[in-house]
Amino acid sequence: MNIYEFHTAEDIIHLCRKHKLSIGEIAKRYEAERSGKSMPAVRNKMKQTRDVMYEAVKKGIHSTQKSKMGMVGGDAYKIYKALGNTADMMGNKVTVRAMAYAVAVGEQNACMGRIVAFPTAGGAGVVPGVLFSSAEHFKAGKRKLLNGMFCASAVGLIIAEGATLSAAKGGCQAEVGAGVAMAAAGLTEMRGGTPEQCFHSSAMALKSYLGLACDPLGGLVEVPCIKRNALGCMVAIGASDLSIAGVKSFIPFDEVVLAMKNIAKIMSPKLRETALGGLAVTKTGNMIKRKLGMKITPMDL
Amino acid sequence: MTNLSIFDIAGPIMVGPSSSHTAGACKIGQFARALFHHTPKKVTFYLHGSFAEVYKGHATDLALLAGVMKFQTSDPRIKESFKIARENHLEFKFITTDLGEKYHPNTVKIVLEKGKNKMSVIGSSVGGGMIEIVKIDEFEVYLQGSAGKHLSLVVCHQKNPKVLKDLEGKINKLGIKIVESVESAFRDERLSVLSLEGRRITVEEVMELEKNTPGIDFIRSLSKLQKS
Repeated sequence: MNIYEFHTAEDIIHLCRKHKLSIGEIAKRYEAERSGKSMPAVRNKMKQTRDVMYEAVKKGIHSTQKSKMGMVGGDAYKIYKALGNTADMMGNKVTVRAMAYAVAVGEQNACMGRIVAFPTAGGAGVVPGVLFSSAEHFKAGKRKLLNGMFCASAVGLIIAEGATLSAAKGGCQAEVGAGVAMAAAGLTEMRGGTPEQCFHSSAMALKSYLGLACDPLGGLVEVPCIKRNALGCMVAIGASDLSIAGVKSFIPFDEVVLAMKNIAKIMSPKLRETALGGLAVTKTGNMIKRKLGMKITPMDL
Repeated sequence: MTNLSIFDIAGPIMVGPSSSHTAGACKIGQFARALFHHTPKKVTFYLHGSFAEVYKGHATDLALLAGVMKFQTSDPRIKESFKIARENHLEFKFITTDLGEKYHPNTVKIVLEKGKNKMSVIGSSVGGGMIEIVKIDEFEVYLQGSAGKHLSLVVCHQKNPKVLKDLEGKINKLGIKIVESVESAFRDERLSVLSLEGRRITVEEVMELEKNTPGIDFIRSLSKLQKS
């Protein structure tokens, strides 16, 4: 077994204590060890990842392009513009900006732009939304942001190994839900939270998403996916705030992951990316299906 | 269980909209092209299941064709792959079909042609950019690939396990790490997919390895390699 190998939150917290390092630092060493690359090489790869994410955000907030089916496009621009007058908003600047960034990534993805599937294309908005917006607020250095990204990836890895990151297997809880849990931990680490606090925030965030159906209109990664990413940013920031305030998750993170796996197992395939249930079979959902030349699914009520 | 990479989570870098219907489709195209020895003149895609149903909305067609032209899953030119194929006089056609119950819902049969040479490859995109190649011509195979793994080689070699060991040793000596190796029976030989990490292997190195490793039929890269 490698020195920095981990499979659960318990493993990584143990490693953090033993080596007096943060989750992000452990994740970096884990990757260097398993790939045989140097630490600077691993960091550089994450920098490239960050740059692609940043490029997608920047393009997205200025774009008014609509997706092929015309369901999404131009919302990131609207939200970003509203930032000019936060007096009209109830959420603070960090949260609203995070939502703009998250939508920007989703819209770029829908319009065939280049994005990072972090952890998947469907849930790719939350991590850049929360981490980039908070980093701007803290005026955080590059290292801090990268550590947040490493920390978020470690949490994603634990979910991937313990449950799943595929909506086809586990519904939206496995994509947007995982993204929210990852962003919460990343943000908590960037704020100087302890590894335990990071996982409390992740656990609280993931618990809020357990059981969420993947029911996209026409099977496209557009509605409701993109706005779920936006609102997921609020949950991630909220969960991090709770944890920093000292609130703990009553159920440890590893157990929440197992609950997610259990729900995935008993979830109907109709709610797992097949567009056969939920929002996908509403009147509007079926209209989109018709436009795409797909079979109409009557709603089972 | 193999240890996942941090960059399996923080990645792959891809062109949207879907990891299974876009990035995975591109990867299947890359495999088909790598297995076919030649630059195809004509490609026909038979789309099955969900691929047949929703390929337009997910740009599965653009991505498949881009893969056959060796574009990476993160290449923004995927959007223009029809135009680029026409410029390169590559004929292409998409046909929706039913390949049968036994195939995964996201499956495509790709038929590549150049003059008298013809090959058919069946591949499925099983989620998150992971793909499986299940049939080459009339031979059942089982090869796995992933959209995030840019540096992969497909190797056709003799059954003797020493052959692959020898090749892996030589690749390691180049300072390139093999993080995963999956093998499948193919005709009376073996097909292996080697996922590499570290520095990019060059065209010359691949040619050298192909020529100087006994028992190796061919080595092909999934994406376009650079010259040293």
